[in-house]
Amino acid sequence: MLTLIKDTLTSQVVTLWRVFSHLWVKADTVQYPDEQPYMFPRWRGRIILSRDPDGEERCVACNLCAVACPVDCIALQKTEDEEGRWYPEFFRINFSRCIMCGFCEEACPTNAIQLTPDFEMAEYKRQDMVWEKEDLLIDGTGKYHDYNFYRVAGKKIGGKDKGEAINEAVPVNVRSLLP
Amino acid sequence: MTFEVGSGLSIGVILATVILVAAMLIWVERRLLSFWQERLGPNRVGPFGLLQVVADMIKIFTKEDWVPPFADKFSFVLAPAIIMTVILMSFSVVPFAPGVGVVDSNIGVLFVLAMASLGAYSVMLAGLSSDNKYALLGALRAAAQMISYEVFMGISILGVVALSGTFNLREIVLAQEENGWYVIPQFIGFVIFLIAGVAESHRLPFDIPEAEQEICAGYHTEYSGMKFGMFFVGEYLGLVLIASLITVLFFGGWLGPAFLPPIVWFSLKAFAFIAFFILLRAAIPRPRYDQLMSYGWLFLLPVSLLNLLITGAIILSTS
Repeated sequence: MLTLIKDTLTSQVVTLWRVFSHLWVKADTVQYPDEQPYMFPRWRGRIILSRDPDGEERCVACNLCAVACPVDCIALQKTEDEEGRWYPEFFRINFSRCIMCGFCEEACPTNAIQLTPDFEMAEYKRQDMVWEKEDLLIDGTGKYHDYNFYRVAGKKIGGKDKGEAINEAVPVNVRSLLP
Repeated sequence: MTFEVGSGLSIGVILATVILVAAMLIWVERRLLSFWQERLGPNRVGPFGLLQVVADMIKIFTKEDWVPPFADKFSFVLAPAIIMTVILMSFSVVPFAPGVGVVDSNIGVLFVLAMASLGAYSVMLAGLSSDNKYALLGALRAAAQMISYEVFMGISILGVVALSGTFNLREIVLAQEENGWYVIPQFIGFVIFLIAGVAESHRLPFDIPEAEQEICAGYHTEYSGMKFGMFFVGEYLGLVLIASLITVLFFGGWLGPAFLPPIVWFSLKAFAFIAFFILLRAAIPRPRYDQLMSYGWLFLLPVSLLNLLITGAIILSTS
């Protein structure tokens, strides 16, 4: 019984005082619509599709994001232009299913899909939460300013032949005997 | 019509004030809790969010008032009315200030205890008539908790009754004018009454009958609309009642230095205890059900009996 009294005094009363002393601590929250909270740059919010420094779409429609997505909210269809560049014919994200996990960003080999600190995406109609490629595509490069997939990749496209990429050697002619 | 104990005007004013205070506690509690949790709380409806209560009331009155088809209709509707009625009845014997009150009953203390016991019927009927597992569990817990904590609640006040020699709450206050506040000679009684009062009004940390994390909302799981609102306001009324009773029994009721009117002293003291109850909710986690029961029967009961015994011995030896 004595230990119970001792515990009550030391634990419960101290708890009460500690909680009470929070009365003169400044509130941690902000008045949201009037006052915007600071969103950290790495906050995982609205998903965008970025462009490379030349202004072309970065997405090569590899479908890795759609595979990585745990809730299957990404849908896309690959197509090719006349230069040999791959790009998505359509790219659709259903934000009513998206859980903002960022797995798509991690899976993306070309830094095309990125998450931004914007979170104000409420809509009155559920259908409005499905975003098409036009809605997702931004004009800038997002977080990676210099990266251009077709400049570093070995894929041959119009205007860039095999061996012309950055850090890429000219292909070896395996049939030639010359040193 | 004059403003005196028992006049119609007095009854009306007390009834309106008590219900208004209980409703305002919704806002007070949310605001205080938020301060203690480093938040801002409801502050957008009206100045400081004071009109939040109005918004809540509009919401709760326009909600669908649904009686489940499997429920026992009569007792389902009766249950929330009981808790409001018995707690408002208890207020009739509380002396708020000289000349302010409903009745000066010679059995005031017993009347309050009797009404508190009747409150157990409300939760039991609510749980039984809902025909819901969680509601039944909540009602079971509420019944056991309220019945066992009533015992020490009664015994803990007996020290005060023995010291003042009366069951009349107004005379208990007047006796404290000569003898000083009873919190000093009856400190153990005060602590036990405080704990039992929290358990009796099933407020946190003793809200085991309606523990949200374990059994939905306990006995009022199936309630909606204003019937739920009556349970809700009934709980706050119980809070105000317990705070007023502590003020009357242990802290000298309306007594205080003369620079403030008596009713203000009473309100200040009662509000301090209401704030303390809200602090308890913010700070103390809920005990397990069996811990609550064993704490009551194995610790509070012997201590309260001992307190009564020693008080009686001292009174006998000094008289």
